[in-house]
Amino acid sequence: MPRKRNRTEQMAAVAQYPLDWVEERSGLIGGLRYFLFRKVPGDSSWWHTLGSATLTAFLVQLGTGVILAMYYKPDPKSAYESVQHINNDVTLGWLVRGMHRWGASVFIILIFFHMARVFLFGAYKYPRELNWIVGVLILPLALLEGFSGYLLPYDQTAYWATVVGININGTAPFLGPYLASFLRSGSEIGGDTLARFYSIHMLLLPGAILGLIGLHLYLVVRLGVSSPPWSSEAAGRERSEPPPVPGEGLVNPSPRAAAKRPD
Amino acid sequence: MDPQQGQGKPHLPPPSLWPIGFAIGIVCILVGLIVSWPAVAVGAAIAIIFGFLWVRDATSEYRRHPDVVPVPAGTAESFTEGATAPPADTGEAGMPGPEPGERFPRNVFLEGATLGLGAVIAGIVTVPIVGFSIAPVFQHKRHDEIDLGPISNFKEGQFVVTTFLRDPSEGEISRRTAYIRNNGFVGNKPSFTVLSNRCAHLGCPTQPNGPIFDKQKIEQPTKAGPVQLIPALPAGGFGCPCHGGQYDQEGNRTAGPPVRALDRYEFYIRNGRLALGKTYSVSHVNGAGAAARIYKYRETGPGQHVDGPEQWFYPLQPPT
Repeated sequence: MPRKRNRTEQMAAVAQYPLDWVEERSGLIGGLRYFLFRKVPGDSSWWHTLGSATLTAFLVQLGTGVILAMYYKPDPKSAYESVQHINNDVTLGWLVRGMHRWGASVFIILIFFHMARVFLFGAYKYPRELNWIVGVLILPLALLEGFSGYLLPYDQTAYWATVVGININGTAPFLGPYLASFLRSGSEIGGDTLARFYSIHMLLLPGAILGLIGLHLYLVVRLGVSSPPWSSEAAGRERSEPPPVPGEGLVNPSPRAAAKRPD
Repeated sequence: MDPQQGQGKPHLPPPSLWPIGFAIGIVCILVGLIVSWPAVAVGAAIAIIFGFLWVRDATSEYRRHPDVVPVPAGTAESFTEGATAPPADTGEAGMPGPEPGERFPRNVFLEGATLGLGAVIAGIVTVPIVGFSIAPVFQHKRHDEIDLGPISNFKEGQFVVTTFLRDPSEGEISRRTAYIRNNGFVGNKPSFTVLSNRCAHLGCPTQPNGPIFDKQKIEQPTKAGPVQLIPALPAGGFGCPCHGGQYDQEGNRTAGPPVRALDRYEFYIRNGRLALGKTYSVSHVNGAGAAARIYKYRETGPGQHVDGPEQWFYPLQPPT
């Protein structure tokens, strides 16, 4: 028996070694554990998972989009054929395209559910107003993703929906005609329009959304998750449990720098 | 950071009812934009009054003399949970701090130089990129005349649904449709009505309200590829399937959301062949056929007014 226990410990130490190596040089493992095992209110419920669900939907869009970009050709002469090729010829292409297509709606719907949860729980109130504002910035970017992605299959629906969509932008007072020209890449929809929408759809907007999601999550971690409105626990109450003991596990790595400092 | 913050006291303006009035004013403005101009003025007045009161309310705290709350001694301990913090008199914390108000000129210079140089580099890099992405869009694009074949293809008094490539180098995407009617001769000059099929609401393709004689279709070869000519009898004018805009045979709006008449093409006769030039926008047409009086405007995007007070919303148009 003692021999077997030693073996387990050895294995654990071997598995732990690379993690410790990374942790000592970057603090990333501790940061990740802090992120994953941070304190949340005891009465947080399934409602609080809508944000993570939205994030998951976005990551699915990101993953499937990257793969679709390997087969898609943003050229008026071959865009439609390349989408048909993805759908009919490429192995599991129908699935990946379907995930991207339907996932887009799921992403938008989840955003609105998440928004409704935050609103109805009053979770946007002090000190989380800024996080609400960041979310409000993400929402139109997500809708623009939908608008720019709609043109890419380049069938009749996509084409005329985009004609109408751009012309609606064009009717905005004062700068509308310029906005429409910018989107159209000229006075008429042409080959440049598709490439422009493709670039906006897969580079500009996802980059902006990723940055804002990073800020969104930073604020969630920094400010903590809010209790639901029916919570019996008083907000801002002092933590009753004792503070963690330093040097126990990776959550609270021993302050090596402090220990090694020659006094 | 303000030392008064972070003491567990939320820093919030007191609740206020003024935003409700402000919101009502904004709603009045938006409804008025659709319904009537006086309502906009009333809404604007409400919004301005309540907005002012709201701002006044929200900033009252700052306009008052600040209450000086002495920071109680010993609060520093609350930041050191447990005994992990190093003693406050070792390492960097042990170094003497700068005198209050003291700045180091060299520091300031390097700070300014770094920021300034960075801004210059960023500007040099950004200007061509922004220009590259925006400027080409607004450059004037020349279109060649579109050759539609001999005039004899167009029977007098009959509409012909004509499909052609506006810019052969762009390919199929520049395919456009025009409704062309030969109005006979005015004096010794032939007269044509050439309507664009793009709806003046949001640019969908309109359809003739009446039979289209597909069997009489002509494929007229030209240098820019074949032009399709299909006779039609749009007895009920033209209609748009997208949002229901309706036009009469002169392109005047008769019903639905469009804000003006159908656009038209300029046309020329070149050696007995019909050629189309630029597109122009039309507010309305009086009369019909060769006797029509066309109120012509510069080409404008669909959905934009070319006459009436609404045209003031579009004072500047990008070059087409």
